[in-house]
Amino acid sequence: MSELLGFGVLQLKRLITAKKISAKEVFNYFLERIKKYDRQINGYVTVCNNNDGKLPIAVKDNFCTNGIRTTASSKVLDNFVPNYNAEVVDRLLTNGFSIIGKTNMDAWAHGSSTETSDYGATKNPWNLSHIPGGSSGGSAAVVSSYLAPAAIGSETAGSIRQPAGWCGVIGFKPTYGRVSRFGLIAMASSFDCPGPITLNTEDSAYLLSILAGKDNKDATTIDKPAEDYLSKLSDREPLTIGIPEEYFNEVQKETIDGFEKTKQVFKKLGYKFKKIKLISPEYAISVYTIIQRAEVASNLARFDGIRFGNNKSYFGFEAKKRIMLGNFVLSAGYYSAFYQQAQKLRDKIKADFVKVFHDVDLILAPVVPTTALKLGEFEKYPFFGELIDKFNEPAAIAGLPAVSFPTGLDKNNLPTSLQLIGNYLQELKLLQTLYAFEQETKFFNVIKSGFKKWK
Amino acid sequence: MEIEINNKTYRLVLGFEIHLELATKSKMFCRCPADWFGQKPNTLVCPICLGFPGCLPYPNEKAIEFTYKIALALNCKINSEFYFDRKHYFYPDLPKGYQITQWNRPIGYSGYLNLLSGKKIRITRVHLEEDTGKLIHRQGKTLVDYNRAGVPLVEIVTEPDFDNLEDAKEFLENLQLIFRKIRVSTANMEKGSMRLEPNMSLAEVKPDSSIDLPDYKVELKNINSFRFAKKAVEYEIKRQVELIKQGKLPDQETRGYNEDKGITVSQRKKEEALDYRYFPEPDIPVIRINKQDLAKIKAQIPELPIDLAKRLIKTYSLSKEKAVILAKKSNLAKLFETVLKRLKSSPAVKQKTAEKIANILINSRVKLNDPDEIIKLYTESIKPASYDKTKLATAVKQVIANNAQAATDYKRGKESAIMYLVGQCMRILKGQAPANKIKELLIKELNQAK
Repeated sequence: MSELLGFGVLQLKRLITAKKISAKEVFNYFLERIKKYDRQINGYVTVCNNNDGKLPIAVKDNFCTNGIRTTASSKVLDNFVPNYNAEVVDRLLTNGFSIIGKTNMDAWAHGSSTETSDYGATKNPWNLSHIPGGSSGGSAAVVSSYLAPAAIGSETAGSIRQPAGWCGVIGFKPTYGRVSRFGLIAMASSFDCPGPITLNTEDSAYLLSILAGKDNKDATTIDKPAEDYLSKLSDREPLTIGIPEEYFNEVQKETIDGFEKTKQVFKKLGYKFKKIKLISPEYAISVYTIIQRAEVASNLARFDGIRFGNNKSYFGFEAKKRIMLGNFVLSAGYYSAFYQQAQKLRDKIKADFVKVFHDVDLILAPVVPTTALKLGEFEKYPFFGELIDKFNEPAAIAGLPAVSFPTGLDKNNLPTSLQLIGNYLQELKLLQTLYAFEQETKFFNVIKSGFKKWK
Repeated sequence: MEIEINNKTYRLVLGFEIHLELATKSKMFCRCPADWFGQKPNTLVCPICLGFPGCLPYPNEKAIEFTYKIALALNCKINSEFYFDRKHYFYPDLPKGYQITQWNRPIGYSGYLNLLSGKKIRITRVHLEEDTGKLIHRQGKTLVDYNRAGVPLVEIVTEPDFDNLEDAKEFLENLQLIFRKIRVSTANMEKGSMRLEPNMSLAEVKPDSSIDLPDYKVELKNINSFRFAKKAVEYEIKRQVELIKQGKLPDQETRGYNEDKGITVSQRKKEEALDYRYFPEPDIPVIRINKQDLAKIKAQIPELPIDLAKRLIKTYSLSKEKAVILAKKSNLAKLFETVLKRLKSSPAVKQKTAEKIANILINSRVKLNDPDEIIKLYTESIKPASYDKTKLATAVKQVIANNAQAATDYKRGKESAIMYLVGQCMRILKGQAPANKIKELLIKELNQAK
């Protein structure tokens, strides 16, 4: 059945509808592949073997799944089996999906490498001595090695876009509040966004149309129905893309090459380009770190082991560090110096984007300064995630939608990537632009060569 | 209340923090039933109120409406745009490790409530939050019941405007009446739906009779009745007087009341005060209420007991004691006013009449709800020694003639119609004839006319 290799969610669905293959066979196909390859990649924390004849999808292990252990890759929740589903999971199940497994992540989503997982690091399928990125590293790795036709990740600041970029697949972070956070184990509540990691644009559009929309269980969801992104994919208006020069400092040469190549493709497709000025992403690092740590410290206070899970002695080093720093920035006498200042700057960053989106429709920028780093690199930097994700943090701080996609390979045969950032609720524009690019380039065959290794 | 200590005069400075559980159907941030009292432990819980991973708060609109109602009833300034904050501390009965409350933008602030004497008690703030679970200590073990966790709770804070316990009692009882009257809470102290935390100190009175707030404040906790609140404050006054006598300034601290021993015990000193690390609750966006909705809520607030009592005193020259009792039970006050309007007694006898009617209403062992019945009781109570039979006969004839419908009703067998006619005769005779005689004569007349 190797002819299935690389088929996305919708492509599989079409095969099933045409009775070329049964959903049960598809599910088994992925179970077999997981059995064969996941020992090397370690993309899954839990694999769900009960094949109920529905389309398989992988879900990051910080989404609560009724009856399926949910750990957020922390031993604190080693024995935690929720009796409720995250809204995202509920929507997938009602739309004919079945969870094939829970993917590995940085414990509590604290990190950008998936190495802080209490269940071992996930390896980058492109090169097993490299990291997949994170925190949704498991989700990106299982999609790029085709151990799932698509996966759901979550992003606080870069946790979808960055691992998708490093694993050579598509990572979509919607507008904050576009997709419900109910049942997503909170990292930093004012940033967290669930989103799909996929092999192609139509799957992103399809999954987003299922996931997006108001949820009465999440008061921060936007009261606007999801659009039928899929049917409007090939509609396209002439758009202007902004290039922020602040986002190209200290960026790896091959990523810049990918950018030039991508720019030419878009030009050919009729897109216009314009230089824009944005607040330097360097400021985003401190704003993000302060607010995120404060929310992390608060959100982890419930894990006391009284009602569920293990007690606080099971927290790893990274979580403990974040709790300490978060409580520090909120404590009396420091609140106004740190937390309040950070909130003020957050408002400025939002306003800065809003202003720029008067002039341009989308922004094109790198996702990460480099391609995937080697295992163990993160330990050298106390704020590894915050630094590596500096190009992802501004949009996360502002709550804007963005999508990362592959643009080529570097000299070590690791994927390079770029991201498109859109204005609030402009998911459709992002998808249409990405789709046009995909039609033209097939992402320079990066996605395809990713899973070819894992025949 | 002023106390002489070492040749100096001290005055009691007393304020209150009041917690009120709202009588909403469901809890504040989930849809579990809120009526927790007496239920089997941990049966009114869900992943949200238990603070399970990934669960989010979804605010209860009714609770928000009730809080606005309370703030408006207490003459507060209103924040028509507000948000919640997280208040952090660790305690096993607090599921999330923080309480969702309001810090910077309470729903109501700078309000007041007048006492009957006209003294104004200032309300600092009225805000909405969630209740915690309950710890049960049994056989050396501690158990947690989360049924109460997440029940909507309103906190009302007063300025330290009381200098005596009588005013405090009047204020608190009045507050309880208001909560019941505007139907936002059962305000039952024994069941914990209204809880008091007095805070107090003793301040030196200056020659011009003013005071400066002293450098300390003692907060009292664990109080579940007015009686215990009074006892706790009284004990504290004694304790603090003793310290001041010895030349010591009492410590700023939180003390718990031990009802068995009738004493207060230190729980937490100022140096041990918690840092709650407040910050705005990111899981709930800013909530706005528009002018129309606010006006609708305001329109639902009926005449409050204190205003009713004041009006009864003013309009009917009723004594303060009786006015307060009637105002507590607004249906009695309503009957009282109906009866007095019917009797329309001359101003000269007004006060006497009002007092007597009030007496009948207050002292009746059975539930009264028929004004005629009350008029009858009243007439009997004044028992005139003699009455003018001619006037009575004229009145009876006149009433039958003027109330043909009631007369017909009676003749057709509607016995109760007779009491109406009795009342009408009473009015004409200004109560100067016994009701039984009137009734007798009425029946005779009506039967003859058959």
